[in-house]
Amino acid sequence: MKRQVAIYGKGGIGKSTTTQNTVAALAEAGKKIMVVGCDPKADSTRLLLHGLCQKTVLDTLRDEGDDIELDAILKPGFKNTMCVESGGPEPGVGCAGRGIITSINLLESLGAYTDDLNYVFYDVLGDVVCGGFAMPIREGKAQEIYIVASGELMALYAANNISKGIQKYATNGKVRLGGIICNSRKVDNERPLLEAFAKELGSQLIYFVPRDNLVQRAEINKKTVIDFDPTSNQANEYRNLAKAIDENKMFVIPKPMTQDRLEELMMQHGFMDAIS
Amino acid sequence: MDGIESTLEELYTQYPETVKKNRKKHLIVKSVAEESCPQIEANTRTIPGIISQRGCAYAGCKGVVVGPIKDMLTITHGPVGCGYYSWGARRNKARADATTPKDKIYGQMCFTTDMQEPDIVFGGEKKLAKMIDEVVAAFHPRAINICATCPIGLIGDDLNAVAKAAQERHGIQVLAYNCEGYKGVSQSAGHHIANNNIMQNIVGTGTGKKPGRHVINILGEYNIGGDGWEQERILNDCGYTVNCVLTGDSSYLDIKNLHLADLNLVMCHRSINYIAEMMNTKYGIPWLKINFIGVEATNQSLRQMAKCFNDPELEKRTEEVIARETARIEPVLEQYRKICRGRKAFAFVGGSRSHHYQHLLKDLGMEVVVAGYEFAHRDDYEGRQVIPTIKSDADSKNIPELHLKPDEKLYKENHEYLNMTKEQFEALKKEVPLDYYEGMYPDMKTGDIMIDDCNHYELEELVNKLKPDIVFTGVRDKYIAEKMGVPAKQMHSYDYAGPYAGYDGAINFARDVAHALSTPAWKLIVPPWERKEEPEEKSQDGVTNA
Repeated sequence: MKRQVAIYGKGGIGKSTTTQNTVAALAEAGKKIMVVGCDPKADSTRLLLHGLCQKTVLDTLRDEGDDIELDAILKPGFKNTMCVESGGPEPGVGCAGRGIITSINLLESLGAYTDDLNYVFYDVLGDVVCGGFAMPIREGKAQEIYIVASGELMALYAANNISKGIQKYATNGKVRLGGIICNSRKVDNERPLLEAFAKELGSQLIYFVPRDNLVQRAEINKKTVIDFDPTSNQANEYRNLAKAIDENKMFVIPKPMTQDRLEELMMQHGFMDAIS
Repeated sequence: MDGIESTLEELYTQYPETVKKNRKKHLIVKSVAEESCPQIEANTRTIPGIISQRGCAYAGCKGVVVGPIKDMLTITHGPVGCGYYSWGARRNKARADATTPKDKIYGQMCFTTDMQEPDIVFGGEKKLAKMIDEVVAAFHPRAINICATCPIGLIGDDLNAVAKAAQERHGIQVLAYNCEGYKGVSQSAGHHIANNNIMQNIVGTGTGKKPGRHVINILGEYNIGGDGWEQERILNDCGYTVNCVLTGDSSYLDIKNLHLADLNLVMCHRSINYIAEMMNTKYGIPWLKINFIGVEATNQSLRQMAKCFNDPELEKRTEEVIARETARIEPVLEQYRKICRGRKAFAFVGGSRSHHYQHLLKDLGMEVVVAGYEFAHRDDYEGRQVIPTIKSDADSKNIPELHLKPDEKLYKENHEYLNMTKEQFEALKKEVPLDYYEGMYPDMKTGDIMIDDCNHYELEELVNKLKPDIVFTGVRDKYIAEKMGVPAKQMHSYDYAGPYAGYDGAINFARDVAHALSTPAWKLIVPPWERKEEPEEKSQDGVTNA
């Protein structure tokens, strides 16, 4: 039984990096994984593939019509993880949301979701701004969602909004929130704030990933940390995150909070504690 | 009176309270007590779930106003359905003439970008630009229209940028209409969008004034079934030069010269009053609401027009034409009157026709007891004096309103166009309702029902309760009447008939209506579920029909 996981979070929070490092750790542990990049920039599999060497589903669809072979769009990456990029239009034109719907439907009809997969990871850009970006959390797709956040106000706003999207689809389907992943920005009181935030949503802070410049260096080399420096401390952090996800049993319908409550929470943990 | 009111009350009982409250504002019973028309709600959103007969902004822009321009190549930018199903459906006839050869007429063809899923995802601008290049290479049109459909607005294709670039590339005018179907509450929004673009970008760009003593335009005549040609025939006979018919059988070349006329006639007030008003503001050309549907209406319109020019010769010729034509058609009409007289009709079409046809039906001795429009505004019912009091809402504000100023070079006073002094013009205005439309209300009788955005249910109920002999409808609702055993005439494009305008049109119409009234075909059909017993006859292959 494959687990389908979608990673959401504010733009620039480190979704793609976190996803690929987690996937790399799981692959290292022997799991069979497919990664579906749901971002028009098509950079969700860059670290696994050691560069953007991949033609996207939508580009292929546009160039070759409906007659597409799965091999043309599904490429093996680090430790044989299967990588696919949905792709999409350039900024400012067309409909990226519709693109994601189209490409996921196409992947299904081409039989990309094979039975031997242990995991499918969806890396979805930014906020759930329209129906297209909610595609991975609709019925029959991802059942567990992890939201990448940090102690910054905007990251928590986004996480709360994404929870609203999950709540909407959860009531009719099987999608659940698996937890919040903190990708640390080293802001004051970050861990307690994230713990309180996750608790308020009815969920958990599943892992706290500390900040380390090694991630940056690995990225410049087009590699995950696990690939770039497998013995490093940061590589172990990602392995622990992967383990936490693999062993996770807590799946909830989130209870998103009101704006006021969210700000109250910020004041309480983010600032008050810092002052005192 | 009380009967009608209680009929309506009964009709409302099926509605939930909020719907009832809403619909009551759209139904008015004419009463002797009220001199002026009570306020009717119009041009507001249809309640979701109600089966309305309205169309969309794209239909109003492409289907009604810009589609009939014969030498402009009109591209529908969108998936194939919008272009395909609006292709030829209005029966706007066009023919070659001295300035427009056959190969410059595109009404028989359908042009659409046929957007597919990848075009939606990646944007359709490149495909549209490519299509413009292709049609220019293949057809060398004088000008191009691009009409947007719903998905274009959603994915944000920049039509104006594509049009501008194509215009520079090809050296011909390329006009983009942001008439996405969802804009506004009905096709009326599309009329306005089309009017704005034509007025802003085509009218006034030509310099060739047609020769003639009295040069006129007919605005809002779409030449359905050849209506416009019959009007031109009559007007030419009277001594007018028809500069341009907007937009039935019109050419881009003629529209460029639209401002080079002395008087604008307005046929369909709803769809074209914007241009009539804007031309009055910008050039000072007065406009006159006329109606060439009906013998008496045609005669009255011709007489009012003749008065406008202060020309005894014109008035004399007009009377001669009226006498000759009336004498020619009266005996024929009289034959049909024997069948038509006293029969009861409903008229529920468009934004002007339900008023126009009341005149022709009156000529035939028939009475209209229920009349209404699909997409009219309050002024089409109540008269233009209510316009300043119409509240704008989010839907109407969504359509840009042009605020034009008098043209520095071309503006002249109203009276100068009509070759009379200012005093004479003021006197004329007392006699002839220039720049004015009185709406449908004054022509209705006490106890008649005026209904806005009539829906399937209401039409069924009213047919059941008031038992009309014939129903004049739009495209879809005619089947409602026919299924109830009542003959219906589709007045949107006349099915396959026409022309119905002018004198020849009156005969055609009288014949078609008499045929409908004397053919009980719809009453003879019993649907299977209403059959009382199993039919006994066997079909040819020996299987019993059940």
